Amino acid sequence: MRNNATTEPAWLRWALITLALGFLALNLLLPLLAVFGEALRKGITAYVAGIREPDAIAALRLTLTVAAIAVPLNIIIGLAASWAIAKFDFRWKSVLITLIDLPFSVSPVVAGLIYVLLFGLQGWFGPWLRAHDVQVIFAVPGLVLATVFVTFPFVARELIPLMEEQGRDEEEAALSLGASGLSTFWHVTLPNVRWGLMYGVLLCNARAMGEFGAVSVVSGHIRGKTNTLPLHIEILYNEYNFVAAFAVASILAGLALVTLVAKSLLEWRFAGQLAGRGH
Amino acid sequence: MRNIVSAHIIARRVALAMVASLALPGAAPAATVSLLNVSYDPTRELYKDINTAFARQWKAKTGDDVVINQSHGGSGKQARSVIDGLQADVVTLALAYDIDAIAEKAQLLPTTWQARMPENSTPYYSTIVFLVRKGNPKAIRDWDDLVKPGVQVITPNPKTSGGARWNFLAAWGYAQKKYGSPKAAQDFVTKLYKNVPVLDSGARGSTTTFAERGLGDVLLAWENEATLANKELGAGKFEVVVPSVSIRAEPPVAVIDKVVDKRGTRKVAEAYLNYLYTPEAQEIIARDGYRPVNKAVAAKYAGNFPNVSLFTIDHNFGGWKKTQTLFFNDGGLFDQIFDAAKR
Repeated sequence: MRNNATTEPAWLRWALITLALGFLALNLLLPLLAVFGEALRKGITAYVAGIREPDAIAALRLTLTVAAIAVPLNIIIGLAASWAIAKFDFRWKSVLITLIDLPFSVSPVVAGLIYVLLFGLQGWFGPWLRAHDVQVIFAVPGLVLATVFVTFPFVARELIPLMEEQGRDEEEAALSLGASGLSTFWHVTLPNVRWGLMYGVLLCNARAMGEFGAVSVVSGHIRGKTNTLPLHIEILYNEYNFVAAFAVASILAGLALVTLVAKSLLEWRFAGQLAGRGH
Repeated sequence: MRNIVSAHIIARRVALAMVASLALPGAAPAATVSLLNVSYDPTRELYKDINTAFARQWKAKTGDDVVINQSHGGSGKQARSVIDGLQADVVTLALAYDIDAIAEKAQLLPTTWQARMPENSTPYYSTIVFLVRKGNPKAIRDWDDLVKPGVQVITPNPKTSGGARWNFLAAWGYAQKKYGSPKAAQDFVTKLYKNVPVLDSGARGSTTTFAERGLGDVLLAWENEATLANKELGAGKFEVVVPSVSIRAEPPVAVIDKVVDKRGTRKVAEAYLNYLYTPEAQEIIARDGYRPVNKAVAAKYAGNFPNVSLFTIDHNFGGWKKTQTLFFNDGGLFDQIFDAAKR
């Protein structure tokens, strides 16, 4: 009985599905449940106390602040870069694409150290910054810079294949009908890529809030001042404050889940438009 | 119509009052100063207590509020951050060499800093003890038991951790005293590191490895860290074993001149460090498991701290600078020992 080359025997299909689901349950679902389990181990009162602690609130505020600066910055720069790459021809284009990929290939710790080398007291701009009373690393600007660096590729990488696939025909039509460059971008290019952009923004945001390595290097770990949520979790854990550590971790997991749900909604609702993403 | 207008006026007055009350802390005579204390790993709990007490005392004395921010990590890493521009008003690190590094590499304070405060700028000291599992199943009593085959020893990496350097030197000092020669000490310590399955980067990491992950038979730890782990991680699960001889581990403190002069915080920063020597602070220090330098307080809490013969880094090793170069710099004795131990 050979009916279809794509149909495998039932047992094999079930084995594969069980394997995949089992793997997901073990590696994704179980740790997630463990986070919430540990957080609630000593009851809801201890959980709430862990979250309402001033340092935890400061860390949450800082994480949201950093994401609120880093994500819009990356939207603007990502849009500009992908627009330039997909719609124009120029020399060094491949160099630019490689540069955009750089943060993916560089370890986050190295990304953090780059900023210490540039803006640290012993670094290139350190003495000048000190003389002018500007604090970059071990303060919010450093955290933002490090986050922008590691999250930079998400928007651009999402948009470049999409824009390239859509080609330049529509833009050329708009231009030939007398539209200005800016209004062509605003009324033609941007609406075409809006769902891809959203998708990139969500990924960018998730990483911005969860980043550990790069921000750890430039943070200085000042309690209530320069600790983002992931750094604060590490500190609480090291202080044997396991309930509070997991309570704060559950907040971070919650933020990530919101992002994931939003992403799934986008995928489900706009599967057609997103299909053109090219990867 | 008049009602609406007056309601409007009232609303504006309320808004103004709210703005005024927000602005008040700056306008009132009581100012708020902030300090940053950059410290090493195990002192989180200690300085949490000290900071509260100091703020209360400072408020009573000057009327000003003082907020002391804390940063903790491996001592060497913390020194590196200050060198790179972390705005520490004061540093309270695990060993003098790390503050020497700040003075030498970044010139943020004079190299003679250690002579500026009493007791070599060391308001409390500690020593290295063993934490073993309940009932002491491997019967670990002294340093010699650590080099026996089949005993797993947990200690952090001396390259990054101040506590680990004290651990290393405590073992070395014991062996040299007992077996006579530096060669014998090196053999002893090599055997000890053969029994170390994992080197964490900081003291707190090692404690977690031993207590939470259940690795190893014995943890080499600061006395205060062992006491705290015993208390926080379930009393009755561990036992503290005090060896016959150990090292006097001296974690010093210093004001970072370049930072306090720039920020205008010298007065309060110096008061903060001087406060550590007061009987009030010495009591907090003793209660948190560190040995106080104040004689009266030390006598009062003598029961908390077992008698152990302590040797010093200055007497046995000729000071930190010499020790660092000989043992812990690249290619130094620790590297040789670690290479030999891995074989």
